[in-house]
Amino acid sequence: MSIFIDDDTRLIVQGITGRDGSFHTRQMVEYGTHVVGGVTPGKGGQKFDEKVPIFNTVHHAVKETGANATVIYVPPMFAADAMMEAADAGIPFIVCITEGVPVLDMTRVYPFVKEKGARLLGPNCPGLISPGKSKVGIIPGRICTQGNIGLVSRSGTLTYEVVFQMTRAGMGQTTCVGIGGDPINGTNFIDCLAAFEADPDTESVVMIGEIGGTDEQDAAVFVKEKMTKPVVGFIAGQTAPPGRRMGHAGAIISGSAGTAAEKMQAFEENGIAVAKRPIDVVQLLRNV
Amino acid sequence: MNIHEYQAKEIFRNAGIPIPPGEIATTAAEAEAIARKFGGTVVIKAQVHAGGRGKAGGVKLAKTPEEAREVAAAILNLTIKDLPVKKVLVTPAADIESEAYVGVIVDRASKRAVFMVSPAGGIDIEQVAAETPDKLMRYPVDPRFGLMPFEAMEMGFFLYDDVKKARSAAKIMQQLYAAFISSGGSLAEINPLVTTPAGDVVALDAKMVIDDNELDRYPALSALRDESAEDPAEVEARKANLTFIKLDGNVGCVVNGAGLAMATMDLVKYYGGEPANFLDIGGSSNPEKVVNALRIITSDPNVKAILFNIFGGITRTDDVANGIVTATKQNPLKVPIVIRLTGTNEEIALKILKDNGFSAMTDMDEAVKKAVSLATGAAA
Repeated sequence: MSIFIDDDTRLIVQGITGRDGSFHTRQMVEYGTHVVGGVTPGKGGQKFDEKVPIFNTVHHAVKETGANATVIYVPPMFAADAMMEAADAGIPFIVCITEGVPVLDMTRVYPFVKEKGARLLGPNCPGLISPGKSKVGIIPGRICTQGNIGLVSRSGTLTYEVVFQMTRAGMGQTTCVGIGGDPINGTNFIDCLAAFEADPDTESVVMIGEIGGTDEQDAAVFVKEKMTKPVVGFIAGQTAPPGRRMGHAGAIISGSAGTAAEKMQAFEENGIAVAKRPIDVVQLLRNV
Repeated sequence: MNIHEYQAKEIFRNAGIPIPPGEIATTAAEAEAIARKFGGTVVIKAQVHAGGRGKAGGVKLAKTPEEAREVAAAILNLTIKDLPVKKVLVTPAADIESEAYVGVIVDRASKRAVFMVSPAGGIDIEQVAAETPDKLMRYPVDPRFGLMPFEAMEMGFFLYDDVKKARSAAKIMQQLYAAFISSGGSLAEINPLVTTPAGDVVALDAKMVIDDNELDRYPALSALRDESAEDPAEVEARKANLTFIKLDGNVGCVVNGAGLAMATMDLVKYYGGEPANFLDIGGSSNPEKVVNALRIITSDPNVKAILFNIFGGITRTDDVANGIVTATKQNPLKVPIVIRLTGTNEEIALKILKDNGFSAMTDMDEAVKKAVSLATGAAA
């Protein structure tokens, strides 16, 4: 088992003919993901790489392919509409990779998607991978290996670093999920932790957070109250100055809130072992 | 993107919010002339992207044009939180009866725009929230309907018992919300919102932060950016599409990805060093970005060693290697460099570096340790 995606995932790609969309579609197909279609307005009827049918609208793509997931690579100004279009077409799982989506757009997207009953992952996220089954997004397949550890993170390359260390140490993963670094996103830590708790194959979980907001603190309380599986954590940004956005739109210490120290303390108080360095995650997993 | 008070006031004024007149001066003589034109007492306010201007001596009254000249000269000489004051706003002093706070921000917890209003204005709103939370009303706005009149009135009555003042405040809040949405704001704030003895409700200060991601949608707002009020290296980095934040240490860091960049800085500290910067070259693999990154980092005289930490996913490590080679050919390095790269096209990258006389590592901890020891050794 795995969470959110598996062998039955039938994926469409919104923005399949764009630079990023086409590159990562090929990567996903190569990994074994069932990419059943793509959407680029004006290119309906054509085929991507002579294989994947392209449609003008998401509604049309869903009708023709029975897609149950979508991944979005469209430019930031169009991403909000793309997410809402996917939700309106009845797609239950929407992954938005696009970075730079205006946060006010997300205040409209979030309730819309929720009312349609869809799960949104991202925006500004690397997507997710269930090693050996399916990958949706941009996480490099070769750094992962199948196993029984779940991983959830707000970061991209930091996730790769930790996953790679785990894989090297022989610790495989059920699913690795990047929830994204924006202040408003569709899926938070708690959503992923609850899914890992319910997944029979996941035995332990790694949670990688960063400065800004209270998502990690809320998740820590959830771990203590609702989870039976062990969780280990890492927080990036211990040396980040207050008031400055550290690359990710959501990675900012506001006033004195959202610091790494505060989050690490919340982890420790709620029984989550905290790694001092990314590499220490491996040792902490050995100890659980 | 931060904008100045006078620019925010212009946006608010265009939305219909009552704001006293004001003009910008860049010299003491200009300030004197403006004060003479307004007549009476004026307030002179530093235009700088920093909070706590008042405490830093950046906001002062002047009773005469001559005094305005002296005060403006003093303020234009100030540096507030490392930012030199280059402009002052000269505005007639208002008769103040009471001071309130009105602000709207995007709140990540409720995932909505949220109004915050308080009858205790003129001071730091975080302090009000911490010390007297009953004096702060938080009001989330449903993005589908916007701020509705009854909602604004509820907040108006939280500020004022008098219905006329409550109505004026409610109208201002709706205008503020409209300005906030139509400018792609992440924060819009009036502190203080004052009442005058005549019973008028007037915005004496204005602050606005614009979401950088909205600038493509509102090109006119990009023109409000005041590059002279920002750190020059950060301006250069933004133009090169890099995210750069200067810090006080001596290990210059070049990393791909924000999370890994923060973790790298943390690891520098863990091994006893201090990071000189946060720098994210992003996900694309353009050698030009690496050239720009190296130029920005090496222009900081504090940097005693440079650390590259690249985990190639979308980023091709051979592109980074080529960037390092090109950059160092153009401008030979004066400080040692430690390169860690792993991931996409790692073998090609390592060969490129080796052929050009660089050694590279694949382990993050080893690389950070080495960079710290080189920086500390050089500093000693």
